[in-house]
Amino acid sequence: MTLAMAFDIGLALLVVGVATWTIVAHNTFAAVVGFVAYGLLLALVWVRLAAPDVALTEAALGSGLTGGLLLGASTRLRRTETSEDAAELPAGALRLTAVGLCTLVAAGLSALVLLLPVPAATLAPQAMASIAATGLGNPVTAVLMAYRAIDTLLEVVVLLLALVGIWSLAPDRVWDSLPGPRHHADSEGFLTFIAQLLVPVGILVGIHIFWVGSDAPGGEFQGATILAAMWVLAMMAGLVDAPPVSRRWLRLVLVVGPAVFFAIGLAGFAMAGGFLAYPESHAKMLIVAIEMPVTLSIAAALALLVAGPPERAPGR
Amino acid sequence: MTDATVYGVCSAVLVGLGLFGLIMHPQPLRKILAFNLIGGGIFLLFGVVARRGAAAGLGGDPVPQALVITGLVVAFAATALTVALLLRLFEETGRATLRSDG
Repeated sequence: MTLAMAFDIGLALLVVGVATWTIVAHNTFAAVVGFVAYGLLLALVWVRLAAPDVALTEAALGSGLTGGLLLGASTRLRRTETSEDAAELPAGALRLTAVGLCTLVAAGLSALVLLLPVPAATLAPQAMASIAATGLGNPVTAVLMAYRAIDTLLEVVVLLLALVGIWSLAPDRVWDSLPGPRHHADSEGFLTFIAQLLVPVGILVGIHIFWVGSDAPGGEFQGATILAAMWVLAMMAGLVDAPPVSRRWLRLVLVVGPAVFFAIGLAGFAMAGGFLAYPESHAKMLIVAIEMPVTLSIAAALALLVAGPPERAPGR
Repeated sequence: MTDATVYGVCSAVLVGLGLFGLIMHPQPLRKILAFNLIGGGIFLLFGVVARRGAAAGLGGDPVPQALVITGLVVAFAATALTVALLLRLFEETGRATLRSDG
């Protein structure tokens, strides 16, 4: 057994251990902390699987933003933990049956993985064959922006739909107000200090990750997630307040990405004979022209998804 | 045995663990957490398939990798929506439970 293989087995065991902890932990807050660790370990796994783009997304979005969202929810729901629905798992025959069934599912999936056909199916040669036409150097970005651009367009729309769903959960009396609880800046506080230090650096890192994404690991989703995390951090530290959800500039920021994406997609009919087709001479320029507003829209949508539905009038 | 095999079995175990938490935990927030655990396992399965498809000088097939990135973003949006629904339920009833009785 080589050293790399020993590392892989150790990492896999660690991931399974942390995942078990998030299921069996009594305290929900502790379970969420376990989930954040689970996401970071998965990011390491993605690096081992030669997918640095996914590793960045997993660390920033799967672990960071999702963790922040769930930590906030578990703090709000802490009061319910001592009530009738304690974190106690059902015992006895029910538990045994569930363990048996879940083991069966895991065993079936393992068998499928072990019996996958050899040689493995792959689209890598096709993806690489057409990458030159896009002018991009990162094959994953090329797939996201050219080969499967329609998935990416619909995904940005899904983010907006989720946001509309969350906003429509606001009671009538607070509609047109600010999302989430108001956090007050504490000039002596640790969080405020960290936010003042980290937010400017984080914004630069986010833009950098977005920009290098055409040729190196990174891209609009990873960059936008970091930008969103910085906005969330500034809001949590009380440095800035969330905007009222009815602001026109906010709505514009949210829809400019998908709108430009859709417009350039339609222009593809005239320029290259198909929806979301790029003329070869201008492919990279058009892709970057889509990516910039899309990054802005995704960042705003992600941050507002974390902030939640509007719930208080301005100034409170 | 390759790294893809190790992580392939790992992803299967993660799906099993998450499924157990999803059906057994009485608290909705713990169910959401368990559901995300399943999601992590399924995405990892995609990663394993991508890794096995390494060709053309790449360490992995970029198509499943791009699908996972899309999937992660959609999973986050769905999680945010469920959490908002749960918090609204708590706000309305003072409880966060799926039980319909008293």
